[in-house]
Amino acid sequence: MFDKTLAELAQGLKAGEFSSVELTQAYLNRIKAEDSKYNSFITVTEEQALAQAKTADEAIAAGTAGAFTGLPFAHKDIFCTQGVRTSCASKMLDNFISPYNATVVEKFNAAGGVMLGKTNMDEFAMGSSNESSFYGVAKNPWDTECVPGGSSGGSAAAVAAQLAPAATGTDTGGSIRQPAALCGITGLKPTYGRVSRFGMIAFASSLDQGGPMTKTAEDAAMMLNVMAGFDKNDSTSVDREVPDYTADLNKPLDGLTIGLPKEFFMDDLDSEIAERTQAAIKEFEKLGATVKEVSLPNTALSIPAYYIIAPAEASSNLSRFDGVRYGYRCENPVDLEDLYKRSRGEGFGAEVKRRIMIGAYALSEGFYDAYYNKAQQIRRLIRDDYAKVLSEVDVIMGPTTPHPAFKIGEKTSDPVAMYMEDIFTISLNLAGLPGMSVPCGTVNGLPTGLQIIGDYFAEQKLLNVAHQFQLATDWHTQSPQGI
Amino acid sequence: MEWEAVIGLEIHAQLATKSKIFSGASTAFGAEPNTQACAVDLALPGTLPVFNEEALRMAVKFGLAVDAEIGRKSVFDRKNYFYPDLPKGYQTSQLFHPIVGVGHIDITLEDGTEKRIGVTRAHLEEDAGKSVHDEFPGMSGIDLNRAGTPLLEIVSEPDMRSAEEAVAYVRKIHSIVTSLGICDGNMAEGSFRCDCNVSVRLKGEEEFGTRTETKNINSFRFIEKAITGEIERQIDLLEDGGRVVQETRLYDADKDETRSMRSKEEANDYRYFPCPDLLPIVIDDTYIDAVRGSLPELPDARKARFIEEYKLSDYDAMVLSGDRTLAEYFETVAKASKDAKLAANWVMGELSKMLNQNDTIIADSPVSAEQLGGLLERIKDNTISGKIAKQVFEVMWKEGGSADEIIEAKGLKQVTDSGAIEKIVDDVIANSSAQVEQYINAEPDKRGKMIGFFMGQVMKASQGKANPGQVQGVLKKKLDALC
Repeated sequence: MFDKTLAELAQGLKAGEFSSVELTQAYLNRIKAEDSKYNSFITVTEEQALAQAKTADEAIAAGTAGAFTGLPFAHKDIFCTQGVRTSCASKMLDNFISPYNATVVEKFNAAGGVMLGKTNMDEFAMGSSNESSFYGVAKNPWDTECVPGGSSGGSAAAVAAQLAPAATGTDTGGSIRQPAALCGITGLKPTYGRVSRFGMIAFASSLDQGGPMTKTAEDAAMMLNVMAGFDKNDSTSVDREVPDYTADLNKPLDGLTIGLPKEFFMDDLDSEIAERTQAAIKEFEKLGATVKEVSLPNTALSIPAYYIIAPAEASSNLSRFDGVRYGYRCENPVDLEDLYKRSRGEGFGAEVKRRIMIGAYALSEGFYDAYYNKAQQIRRLIRDDYAKVLSEVDVIMGPTTPHPAFKIGEKTSDPVAMYMEDIFTISLNLAGLPGMSVPCGTVNGLPTGLQIIGDYFAEQKLLNVAHQFQLATDWHTQSPQGI
Repeated sequence: MEWEAVIGLEIHAQLATKSKIFSGASTAFGAEPNTQACAVDLALPGTLPVFNEEALRMAVKFGLAVDAEIGRKSVFDRKNYFYPDLPKGYQTSQLFHPIVGVGHIDITLEDGTEKRIGVTRAHLEEDAGKSVHDEFPGMSGIDLNRAGTPLLEIVSEPDMRSAEEAVAYVRKIHSIVTSLGICDGNMAEGSFRCDCNVSVRLKGEEEFGTRTETKNINSFRFIEKAITGEIERQIDLLEDGGRVVQETRLYDADKDETRSMRSKEEANDYRYFPCPDLLPIVIDDTYIDAVRGSLPELPDARKARFIEEYKLSDYDAMVLSGDRTLAEYFETVAKASKDAKLAANWVMGELSKMLNQNDTIIADSPVSAEQLGGLLERIKDNTISGKIAKQVFEVMWKEGGSADEIIEAKGLKQVTDSGAIEKIVDDVIANSSAQVEQYINAEPDKRGKMIGFFMGQVMKASQGKANPGQVQGVLKKKLDALC
């Protein structure tokens, strides 16, 4: 049962093969039995899950069920969930019980989804390995000595280890696509503004975007159907009709033009990853697509630009964690300054503090033009690069990551090496474009991902392309050994 | 040495929107602490601002009223600093692209001279909460009801050269924002606050001296005192061979002096950058024209109309037109009494005196314009004298009721029955033989003055109710008959 996709589980529920309560209980039991190996959940919400499942079963019996009713899934612990700890994997919010629901959480509740719990992540979504979590690193089910990627590492590990059929994630610089690639699952970062950010704890407001992490493109479409839409509580969400993302999945790919940016296939790319990527492209050619080389000349600038803009926004976004109203407060502060310094000094982890410092520095008087403004200029160049290429091709493809999953601890002492892992994913966030990662093979027994990039609001096209690939290949159905 | 002061002002006007600038919470004054602070105002993790367009409309109104450039594209920026009553750790404001650009107003000084004062800019921002230091021993309380209240910060050019000019400027801005209905103007409640930038230089110098900023002064009188004191302090300092330090000072109304709050060296680096959670506000001519069409009568136009329509003196017209509520009150009284001069005298005299004595503003006057108009009507039709009217007014203020009701209940109706008046006059003459003797023996041209004594006696005997004109005539006739 645990290898079933959301689509298959939905059919089983509809056909009465099992109830939502049975399905939910089975997953809860499996989490209890298995998650000690992966540390993919921070909080398991057994009671609420069973209550939601019971309500879902009633709706199914009454014939009022929707497409998502009764389906279990997990939320990244960055989405505020009313009455449930919402920690963002930080000591700072270890004691924070959210008094309200994020819009995404509301939408899943309204759709009849069953939340199994809250998944592990890098602290405040800052990281590419899940190692900055206050709750310890989540482990890659393909090799538990390896990282699952980050920041949505817990969500990716939970889906790969079949502890949840699907999970939500958020992506600021690759935080959905990179762990999806490293854990051999499907991940979609929608267009900026497609999914509401309200109640999603902000890392970098102009880059953050929530999205689905699933076994298949079809499941991602089902998730996005629930998640997407304008939200009056999020001024940056876009008031634009939400299509049925499952509607175009079966369109043939005849005539599809794929752009391969030469900058994504440079010398430092792992040769086996390059091979798997090329093999995947061959599959698309078999499906009727044509391929052309394109150029995104400013790709190399995306990392430095990102590491100005994201920390700048983060340094301000994280100012609210001051020990005054909620969250961690230091013991016996002697005065206000002491309260601030120690609450923040003790409450935040090293990576979060590093980025706050970088961001505060970049915004400080006298440096603003040299750093922040310059980074914004680069951001426009990157956006223009993409606009030019996407006027010539339907989708852009390349590897999701330059390497497969690395060993826990391997890159923790070298932050820049860690940052470089996001080289292929970061530029999309700067441009605001949608992108997916789908499994396209393994390297030394570790999965690797193909990234598919589309134009603004072209999620339907991406899902169609990914689904056709998954009909033609079986990389996405492969599981880690022992699962 | 002749010194010259240079003064520039920053006025914070709370905009009279029903809800806050970035949340749906109410802005009403005086509620229990923290009962008007929602999740957004508390800066709970994940919350996002949504701009209240009513604040935009109000800001544009102000811009049009001071003949300013309106920002077609204005942008919210974050001003980052830590303070317990600033929940997000930043204030959302407009630094780089304010909604209102360069404009000007004309002020009139007491000697009648006019002067044009430049308005540099006016921008939208959110107010902070309040720290309460006296209620909890050893601790500070935070009340976030005010957090997020919309403010329009109006910045003047350093065009003023005396405290008198500064006060005239503040009064004029006060008059404009209250006339526009965009601010209640209540200085005691902090709806309208002023920071004064003051420097001095030798007359004829081009360069500005070092300035100080005196913060949050909350009455016209205090503005005058604070500036006068600060000018004197700086001149004394310079004449003693010292120098002025750039710093922020606080005005202590009890001691009538300013004192240092923080120096420039201690000033924050606010790390301003555009708020990524809010879109730029883009407005076009159609929008601006629509706002222009909705502008109410402005103080200058109203003053001209009062002179023309009610034949008021320049001074009376200025005073009565300055505040919208006061102007409307006056017009209602003038129409009811059909005597504008009488109405002006009462509104500026008796009513203002009572408002001042009771520390009340016109909007909260217990005597309505209709009530006062009714009272003046009774003076006009000789039902009561002006003197009795003051008694009626006092009753009206304390106990309410219409003029007719009070006159009736207290038996204050003027005696005009000539028989009754003649009887009182006869009694007075009979009981004042010494004075009658003097009257008869006096030179005929001195007798006019002496009649005052008899008037007083008659009025006293009638408890002030006898019609003074009638009494005068009867007295003269009867006394002269004795000569």
